[in-house]
Amino acid sequence: MDKKEILIKINEIFKNILDNEALTIYENTIASDVEDWDSLNHIQIIVAIEKTFKIRFTTNEIHHFKNVGELLVAIESKLA
Amino acid sequence: MLPSFSVLKKNLKNNVDSFKVIKIAILADTASQLVTQAIKGYGIENKVNFEIFEADYNQIDHQIFDPTSELYEFAPDFLIILKSTEHLTKYFYTLDRDKKENFAATQIEYIDALYQTISQKLNCYILITNFIELNDSVFGNYASKVVSSFSYQIKRLNLNLMDYCQNRNKVYIIDVDSQITQLGYRQTFDPKMYFIADMVFNIDFLPYLAKNIYDVILAISGNFKKCIILDLDNTLWGGIIGDDGIDGIEIGNLGNGKIFSELQLWVKQLKQRGIIIAICSKNTEEIALEPFKTHPEMVLRLEDIAIFVANWKNKADNIRFIQSVLNIGMDSMVFIDDNPFERELVKKEIPEITVPSLPEDAAEYLIFLKSLNLFETASFTLDDEYRTVKYQKEAERSFLQNSFANMDDFLANLEMVSEVKPFLGFNIPRVSQLSQRSNQFNLRTIRYSEQELIEISTDSNYYTFSFSLVDKYGDNGLIAFVILNKIDESTLFIENWVMSCRVLKRGMEIFTLDYVVSNAKLNGFNKIIAEYIPTKKNTLVKEHYSSLGFELLPNNQYVLDLNIYKLGTQNFITRI
Repeated sequence: MDKKEILIKINEIFKNILDNEALTIYENTIASDVEDWDSLNHIQIIVAIEKTFKIRFTTNEIHHFKNVGELLVAIESKLA
Repeated sequence: MLPSFSVLKKNLKNNVDSFKVIKIAILADTASQLVTQAIKGYGIENKVNFEIFEADYNQIDHQIFDPTSELYEFAPDFLIILKSTEHLTKYFYTLDRDKKENFAATQIEYIDALYQTISQKLNCYILITNFIELNDSVFGNYASKVVSSFSYQIKRLNLNLMDYCQNRNKVYIIDVDSQITQLGYRQTFDPKMYFIADMVFNIDFLPYLAKNIYDVILAISGNFKKCIILDLDNTLWGGIIGDDGIDGIEIGNLGNGKIFSELQLWVKQLKQRGIIIAICSKNTEEIALEPFKTHPEMVLRLEDIAIFVANWKNKADNIRFIQSVLNIGMDSMVFIDDNPFERELVKKEIPEITVPSLPEDAAEYLIFLKSLNLFETASFTLDDEYRTVKYQKEAERSFLQNSFANMDDFLANLEMVSEVKPFLGFNIPRVSQLSQRSNQFNLRTIRYSEQELIEISTDSNYYTFSFSLVDKYGDNGLIAFVILNKIDESTLFIENWVMSCRVLKRGMEIFTLDYVVSNAKLNGFNKIIAEYIPTKKNTLVKEHYSSLGFELLPNNQYVLDLNIYKLGTQNFITRI
């Protein structure tokens, strides 16, 4: 699975958790760009991504994601 | 299967206008937002609108000890206190050895302080979670021998908490410990969520927790299962009695017999705790009865079964028949059948009844049924054990009733005797239970705790009457009560009138009113005001007061002029 496909799947997860069908996120999207992407939703997004891709993030990684792009890189490396 | 958390979350957008409203407050020492969403969503899933006040993070003490807090302003029907084992562990580790040794006792004192403060201001039910009995690996298995170990103290705390609840009718425990034992701590706790967001429950566990809390709230509100209807072939025993014969069915040591023996043992426990057992099987009656009478390894016997229906009719019709004899709500019955076709048919015909989708492998039946927590209850009295006998008598009565063309002849033949008593220590538990259990013949649907009844019974502005009924088929026990409140020197108000539906259409209503009226006259009253508060379940008594000669006032209120009321219009029941 390449970054593009991962991004499509992640978009679905964001739409679902944030309950916003109109939402689109990109590699350079950061939390403050997106309405409702607060810490409560963040943890739900992380758990949903782990479930969808059957991977595990470390607590350290979760604390240091700067944007969606870094999240993608982490997912890609775990899937490799 | 329980709906997932994301389904529960989506429910939050549904329209809840027509649902029953229950006000709950949630106080937690951890982040509880998702728990709140799960409870709210689970309520909506089941057509209950939980109106929730969720306190800010870690505000248990603040909300309870500050008399001006939002909690008291909100005034919930149920207060849920979620105290986490994780935080308690951290606190425990800061204590010195003396304090550790007294930890459980100190925690109970703290909980008692919470309780005392709450009950001064609120008349709500308090639901508190118990603690997870995990070994913290400080002493290993040896912790059992060390009083100052966390392992030892947390077990003692759970036990002390149960003892604490024994005589406090408004305090209930949510047994989170047992749920977590069932699923495994690694499935219910996500360290990441805990360290990042201070959440102690994994997202996948939230629906389970929500269901458990929902079950307790509903049981306290009078909504619980009273009857289990069981199929026979491949459900209560392995094989088909009509084909395999009495020596061929699997029960006890034969084949998979152990599976079914253990299931029967569990069902028998349900019966002893007051659940009515009914049989509904496609079989020739005589053949289906045979194992209950003669098979040496059957656990369930005919005396355990309240109603036995074996014929070749459609199961939905047979269940309707069982329901009519028992006279309880369809929503208080559970139907167990191994055959998916029968289950679907019953579900489709009778949507209110609970029909668990049994696993394919019979070995899984029991662990599956236990995991559903079908039989949550909010009370238990010793009287419950004898319920089966009462319903067996009721079944006999309904057969006898068919043999009398004239209802009056039938009633006269029943030799009914009633004993009337004010509320006293010994009958208060049963009166309280009747107020919780009765939904149909319940004019104002007020649920009374034992404590409330004790207060009423000693208040001179109240007149209380409880009625028992014995007939030639047996003792029905305490089956009705009336609570009257004095409005002024000449007027009484019927605060509530409740009767068990088992004794409907026996003239008991007239007997009850006769007694209440005679008593009221003796005390110088000349008027009784009454009220019918409609609910979804009590349409049965919509015309109750008008049929007894009360005059209708506005707003479902009624009045009875005692000088006009004619006593003694029936004489089937004798007072002792």
